[in-house]
Amino acid sequence: MPVESVYSRLEPLLPLVRKPIQYVGGELNSVVSDWDAAEVRWALMYPDAYEIGLANQGIQILYEILNESDGVLAERTYSVWPDLEALMREHRIPQFTVDAHRPVRAFDVLGVSFATELGYTNLLTALDLAGIPLAAADRAAGDPIVLAGGHAAFNPEPIAEFLDGAVLGDGEQAALAISALIREWKRAGRPEGRDGLLAALAAEGGVYVPRFYDVDYLPDGRIQRVAPNRPDAPYSIAKHTVMDLDAWQYPSKPIVPVAESVHERFSVEIFRGCTRGCRFCQAGMITRPVRERSITTIGDMVERGLAASGLDEVGLLSLSSADHSEINEIATGLADRYEGTNVGLSLPSTRVDAFNVTLADELSRNGRRSGLTFAPEGGSERIRKVINKMVTEEDLIRTVTTAYASGWRQVKLYFMCGLPTETDEDVLAVARLAREVIKAGRQASGRRDIRCTVSIGAFVPKPHTPFQWAAQCDRQTVDDRLRKLGGALRSDPAYGKAVGYRYHDGKPAIIEGLLSRGDRRVAKVIKAAWADGARFDGWTEHFSFDRWARCAAQALAADGVDLDWYTTREREYSEVLPWDHLDAGLDRDWLWQDWQDAIDPAGPAEVDDCRWTPCYDCGVCPTMGTEIQTGPTGARLLPLTVAGAQSPAMMARGTAAPANGPGV
Amino acid sequence: MRFASHRDIARAVERGVRRAGLPIAYSAGFTPHPKISYAGAAPTGTASEAEYLELSLTEACAVGDVRDGLDAALPDGIDVIDVTEEAGSLGANAAEASQWEVVLPGVGPEQAAMAVEAFLATDTLEVERLTSKGLRRMDARAAVVTMETDRRAVDERNAGYAILRMVVRHMTPAVRPDDILAALRRVAALAPSSPPLVTRLAQGPLAVMAASAAEAHVQGLAQGQIETTRPGALTVHETGTLPASAYDQLLRGAAGSLRTHAPGSLTGEYPDARNRAERQ
Repeated sequence: MPVESVYSRLEPLLPLVRKPIQYVGGELNSVVSDWDAAEVRWALMYPDAYEIGLANQGIQILYEILNESDGVLAERTYSVWPDLEALMREHRIPQFTVDAHRPVRAFDVLGVSFATELGYTNLLTALDLAGIPLAAADRAAGDPIVLAGGHAAFNPEPIAEFLDGAVLGDGEQAALAISALIREWKRAGRPEGRDGLLAALAAEGGVYVPRFYDVDYLPDGRIQRVAPNRPDAPYSIAKHTVMDLDAWQYPSKPIVPVAESVHERFSVEIFRGCTRGCRFCQAGMITRPVRERSITTIGDMVERGLAASGLDEVGLLSLSSADHSEINEIATGLADRYEGTNVGLSLPSTRVDAFNVTLADELSRNGRRSGLTFAPEGGSERIRKVINKMVTEEDLIRTVTTAYASGWRQVKLYFMCGLPTETDEDVLAVARLAREVIKAGRQASGRRDIRCTVSIGAFVPKPHTPFQWAAQCDRQTVDDRLRKLGGALRSDPAYGKAVGYRYHDGKPAIIEGLLSRGDRRVAKVIKAAWADGARFDGWTEHFSFDRWARCAAQALAADGVDLDWYTTREREYSEVLPWDHLDAGLDRDWLWQDWQDAIDPAGPAEVDDCRWTPCYDCGVCPTMGTEIQTGPTGARLLPLTVAGAQSPAMMARGTAAPANGPGV
Repeated sequence: MRFASHRDIARAVERGVRRAGLPIAYSAGFTPHPKISYAGAAPTGTASEAEYLELSLTEACAVGDVRDGLDAALPDGIDVIDVTEEAGSLGANAAEASQWEVVLPGVGPEQAAMAVEAFLATDTLEVERLTSKGLRRMDARAAVVTMETDRRAVDERNAGYAILRMVVRHMTPAVRPDDILAALRRVAALAPSSPPLVTRLAQGPLAVMAASAAEAHVQGLAQGQIETTRPGALTVHETGTLPASAYDQLLRGAAGSLRTHAPGSLTGEYPDARNRAERQ
């Protein structure tokens, strides 16, 4: 049965909304497949604005893998802004995909990737616009299976009511396995309806199906237990891990929008996972172990991606890019290859390490040296030990000195406020640090126009980290410290103008905290806030703390818990956490011990990286049957050869070769 | 492409040029830019079948290869119709006027014809538009060379819409189709039921535009028009460059900038999500 495009009805509305180009699709490398030829159809959603969601690597990777798979079709859908939402409701236009403008409800699967919990209300908007019942229990045969993925899926309990399933970990193989199960189920005549499919996904697809689990509560509000309510549902659900990144070279044909998006660059993930052991970092904990892409694969991906996209900037992506075992060879090799062209290279997520500056110098051969960003995260040596961010002040000063000396004009420093055991002094230490940085920079560069920007946000404890038991700092304390820090940064006129200050206040962090560590009862709060108008909660102009606080108070009153209970309350070892049945591979006792080490009254103990020290038994490798995969491979990137100009792609390569000389 | 802004189009063209592997020349300076220039970009929110741009290349290329390579490398909705090698750059005098088609939903052909008559009967018609430089006043009547209703729509009485054809002179400040529609609203209370669909059919020298408007009247619209309305002789460029090419601009967006602020950010330079993406 053909599914009609809604575009003819949508187009007349587009002149009436802001940035209509984001709704028209037609991007380079986007794919429109024959609807009837596909057996399994995915709508992939990033629950934020197009300009944010388009660049999302996860969606781009799955989009390509699924569309390459026989009989599988994937299209993308993003959150529509409230102006279009109102018009869509008025004109009865459903949530649509941007590829072929097909209604989302017509697909077999709606796969939603959550990078942040603040996207939860946007999920509800999309479901409602699509005509899909909000509660999974109310969905019928004609509705898609709604699956969540991304980091927030490691505790999907607050949105469990709205989900048919959640997929933990890497999606490449999981998405194909799910597609195969759906195809099998459809070919078999959909045995046992939706439940039959969900049972198969739970048993064979590694999908967490919330409705197969019951949650009981203690009289004091804590969870008593979470247990499966059917014999075929496993007690705990393990994350998925892709073990050979060289076998999964995606994205290879990045989607390039006509509209502006946040990343105007082609990003290549150079490794996945991180074992630095920063205790606040959920990404580092749930993506273990470290798996590197080889230098040659990275070189190939950069070459192909640039040719396919026409982009002129490459980002070498990972959680801590300078930690790749052959980063030096990669940087030098790419810089050599693209010297004399207008291709820019960048290294996001760098540690405080002078070596990184050398790398950045190498990568910026072709262009500007405007700003470098480092994340010491904590202002004082003591607090950095608490979070296991092993950076000394000398490291930082040495690093910025190198940076300013080699021509970088601006250094940006990231910090967090409200960390466990933190005092005012720890935060005020940021101001002193910033002054030292400016002083060192002025000395190293011999100039006075250098700048240092301090960016600080409130810490939110996350599931599956050693800080999952911690009390989140209350917003008054956070705001108070941020205010004091602002005063301290401005207090010394000799540095005042050289220091920039940017902060995120404590209000959104408290709501993020509620959604991060919440359980199934929080669904009522999300639904109430959404019904009250909550949309795009990651955006200041849309976020309303008062609305969330009011809805939380009302929705949770009957349960005897409240916003503070979920956020600023410290948990005990014995408390059942809402995500305890979801397995990131981390040994719960190891996490607890690491938490105790962090807050040890005798002083925090540090944990080194298991890539260059013995294994410290975090539990991931043995539980998941995985292992650290790092180089060096010893391979080198060779110059790209001039292969003649038979085709445009060849011409592109030709211009990239040094032999061809500079293009200007 | 109707909803793409000029900036969006320019970015897409830059990428297309790189994908096609064209030996594009770059400007000198701290941040080199590819040398691509545009003549009289159609306003956001209007479609176009006749846009012109100029590429400066560092070596001679066959025009056919440039046309096919660039066409294949551009997103759907932007088509390269033709490429010519010109010795000089696009002169401002070459594109003196544009021919526009305006579809007015919910307007009867007779009502449209009366509005056109009323419009043409005036000597001047001042309208105001808020631009980035503040409120500008301009004479919508003075810019219009010809204006008529399309006969095809007139014949179909139940079409539910009217079609206007007009030749509009390029002036400073620019008088855009929506300014003329504002003027029509003033003189004849012309009010479409939903936003009009505006398309640039051609641009070029005034005389050619006026003549081809008359021709189109008889023949209906043909793609070949773009050929016939090509800007005339262009002057020489010493680096031996430059194909000027026509490209088809379909959708463009009526967009204001959407300013985004981070939660609690002091400067509001970055939205929170953007900041987070940056840190990943």
